[in-house]
Amino acid sequence: MARIAGVDLPKDKQLEVALTYIYGIGLTSSHQILKKAGVNPNIRVRDLTEEETTKIREVIDHEYKVEGDLRREENMNIKRLIEIGSYRGLRHRRGLPVRGQRTKTNARTRKGPIKTVGRKKREV
Amino acid sequence: MSRSLKKGPYVQESLMKKIEAMNKSGEKKVIKTWSRRSTIFPEMVGHTLAVHDGRRHVPIYITEDMVGHKLGEFAPTRTFRSHGSGARTERTTILK
Repeated sequence: MARIAGVDLPKDKQLEVALTYIYGIGLTSSHQILKKAGVNPNIRVRDLTEEETTKIREVIDHEYKVEGDLRREENMNIKRLIEIGSYRGLRHRRGLPVRGQRTKTNARTRKGPIKTVGRKKREV
Repeated sequence: MSRSLKKGPYVQESLMKKIEAMNKSGEKKVIKTWSRRSTIFPEMVGHTLAVHDGRRHVPIYITEDMVGHKLGEFAPTRTFRSHGSGARTERTTILK
């Protein structure tokens, strides 16, 4: 089994897709990595040779920020926005959309499940 | 869409002039400004600018991290007075 950047790759998937299981790598960067490593993107993970795995690992280590490092960087960026007291930081703090989207409806990704507020209690 | 690099960052000229004058003389005064759209320049670090929020001027101390943002980002224009609980008129200030 191939283990790259601390993630086990699914062994029945095509290589180009399997790499996208790593946080920070999508299809585009997956293709770029494989091109650079000189590995056929259409072979299955279980057919990977040891050398090919090493090559891919090298490319990712040197040129991409993935998994923990990437998550840490994101969190630092958000923390910075919050600390300088900017509007975007405020939105992060409140868990509301940051880039000016509407909040009258939708925005459920940021706001989470619907919490009903202010409905009048029925008299018993 | 982001601003064209050719033009460079925007800052109101009169504001920049005041900042530079203060930097030259070394004095520190709070400058009132209505120009929320001005970019924060490195020259402004360490000064306090009072940015208009539509009602009053909010004093903002400029730190190094703020460079590159706009002044308006630090002076919110809306006061949210919480939903529900009927006709409560109490003004809830924006919590940090």
